[in-house]
Amino acid sequence: MKNKDGISRQIWVFFCSVKLTVYILVLLAVTSIIGTVVLQNGSPQQYVNLYGQGIYNLIQVFDLDDMYHAWWFLLLLLVLCINITVCSVERLSLLWKTIFPGRVRFNVNRYLKSKSSQTIDTTSSVKQLLEPCESWLAKQAGPVIRQTDGQTTYLYAEKGRWTRLGVFVVHASVLLLLAGALIGAVFGFKANVRIDEGTQTGRVFESKTREPMTLDFIIRCNEFEVSFYENGAPEEFRSNLTIIEDGQESLTTDIRVNHPLRYKGINIFQSSYGTAAPDTVTMQMVDNQSGAEIIRDIRIGETIDLPDGAGQFTLQGFLPHFEFRNHDLGETFFGLVTLTGETGFQIGMPMQFPTFDKMRKGRFAFVVTDFEKRYYTGLQVTKDPGVWYVYAGFILMILGCWVTFFMSHQSFLLTLAPRGDGQTRVVLSGKSSRNSRSMTLKLKQMATRLENQLNKGE
Amino acid sequence: MNSAFALSSTTFLYGLAMVCYVGAFAFKKKLPATAGFYVLVLGLLLNTAGIGLRWVESYQMGFGRAPFSNMYESLIFFSWTMTALYLYVEIKYREQGFGVFVSPLIFLAIAYASFDPSMSAKINPLIPALKSNWLIAHVVTCFLGYAGFALAFGLSLTYYVKPGQPDQNSIFSRLPDGEVIDELTYQMVVFGFLFLTIGIITGAVWANSAWGKYWSWDPKETWSLITWFVYAIFLHLRLMRGWHGRNLALVSITGFVAVLFTYFGVNFLLSGLHSYA
Repeated sequence: MKNKDGISRQIWVFFCSVKLTVYILVLLAVTSIIGTVVLQNGSPQQYVNLYGQGIYNLIQVFDLDDMYHAWWFLLLLLVLCINITVCSVERLSLLWKTIFPGRVRFNVNRYLKSKSSQTIDTTSSVKQLLEPCESWLAKQAGPVIRQTDGQTTYLYAEKGRWTRLGVFVVHASVLLLLAGALIGAVFGFKANVRIDEGTQTGRVFESKTREPMTLDFIIRCNEFEVSFYENGAPEEFRSNLTIIEDGQESLTTDIRVNHPLRYKGINIFQSSYGTAAPDTVTMQMVDNQSGAEIIRDIRIGETIDLPDGAGQFTLQGFLPHFEFRNHDLGETFFGLVTLTGETGFQIGMPMQFPTFDKMRKGRFAFVVTDFEKRYYTGLQVTKDPGVWYVYAGFILMILGCWVTFFMSHQSFLLTLAPRGDGQTRVVLSGKSSRNSRSMTLKLKQMATRLENQLNKGE
Repeated sequence: MNSAFALSSTTFLYGLAMVCYVGAFAFKKKLPATAGFYVLVLGLLLNTAGIGLRWVESYQMGFGRAPFSNMYESLIFFSWTMTALYLYVEIKYREQGFGVFVSPLIFLAIAYASFDPSMSAKINPLIPALKSNWLIAHVVTCFLGYAGFALAFGLSLTYYVKPGQPDQNSIFSRLPDGEVIDELTYQMVVFGFLFLTIGIITGAVWANSAWGKYWSWDPKETWSLITWFVYAIFLHLRLMRGWHGRNLALVSITGFVAVLFTYFGVNFLLSGLHSYA
């Protein structure tokens, strides 16, 4: 550390400074605001609509659409880490001897001038007081060191020397948190999957990239249940899942929001639900020319003939939410109508609006009148091997903050000086590594107690 | 007595306490401040009763839950934490001078809850995401933190308006002296910082059990981190760079602006996971 050769020493000093810490913290605070104001992880189209092409280009240059993972934001965090490490190494090397002294010493002069010293005058002699004072001080703070200079005797004791380490624990916890986050980002993943009731899958989709990935096991959704309060708000979502590994059912359990399943380092969370595409629906087809009505059950993907050889109808699929002119029409079926000799066209049949297809005013009007409702469960599947480092960081941070802010290294000096006539003046002084104001208060209280104790002994 | 009655009485009492403290300040009298203290104590008792009753009433409605889950309830609890902390400080440090800056904050919080027509005082059952034991730990610690910062803000304002050497006849002469304010501000920031830290951590652990991600840069999370940064700056400036007085008071005021934005601004201006509180 005591590197004298120019540049590396300069770099060291640069990273040592608390000024740098403050600037980095200010920069982190100010830039963090950007990500709460600018839309994150949107599509290019959304950005152009919101801000215009010019600003979108700017957003792209600085990665503002994924700000908290932008290189410059990560660089700020890196500088913070280096700053914390260098600062801590420097300060710890300075404090090491203070925290772990070979032998505890004390300098009488540093205590005698203290304004917060408390004086007790007694009628006992130094000799009489020595033993009770020593045992009292030992009870207050710890092992007592005695020193005599001519007639005056000094009794010294201290406690909480180790609390000076608190601040280093806090700083280490920050590094541990960031390390945990890094481990999670590199070795973990976050994915989503939708599983219809009664079906199973081992393939999930990475949340951001939507890339498929294969798990080491298969998840089957046996059942999904949603319950509602009287006011219509959802009360509980619950999925009954079975984990199938190597063809064997290894576990069946319920998961709810706040009650995930943790299986071999993989976490499975209840995150959403919706209506799954049914197998079979009941359809009504009205021939507007003849007024004839046909009602029949039809499977998704099935094609049926329309009456009089007028053409064909295929039930193509189902969407739980259908956006139509910026309105969500809800659960909607789609079909392909191919009239003889014409090209096919697609129609929508929202369950909430049975007359929707009638408004098209074609020869045939199609309505889905009924279907067997089935749910899908939306699961979030995550793996985060860094989470235990982060949790350890959390615990260290709380402990470190507590020690740093609410505990201190306290030392006390009792001076027993004779006043003539076999009387003694006892002076209690003290020092604290933190919060001198409360030390003054404490010394006052201690002095009162000591006086009572000494009076009792007389 | 029901919770609605207890809480509206609390609003009234906190208002009265504010009048007492402001009166003591304006007329340079000690008596109204002492009266204000007892009114605040009474208010705190009713506030506590109100929160407790609301809890009991939710059980009577068939879905017992802690009363900490929407803006109305959080504001009620915020005035509770501010009052409790203020009373503790007044008793411990025997300083009533800065009550004039804190009592309005206490009153504003509860008055906003009581009088804003858009604020729903209805006791609704919890949505699935809020059904967790972490709810209580998270809300209690966050609002203890906010209370510490609110008091630090009150103190910093005191520091800011008080002239260095106030005239004996000036209304500022009764305010605590600069050194005391400075030290108390630090104490309050430390208190707030510890609890905000625990609040963020409990929130993160909760998020990890609900969504599988302890941190997702949701606007409220991000703003709580920004607030944490500001107070971390405060602590470094004071402990390592020896800042005191007006400049440091400014940092504490900035910190409280961040707290307010985290608390209100995010809900009204930005969307995210905390839209319910």
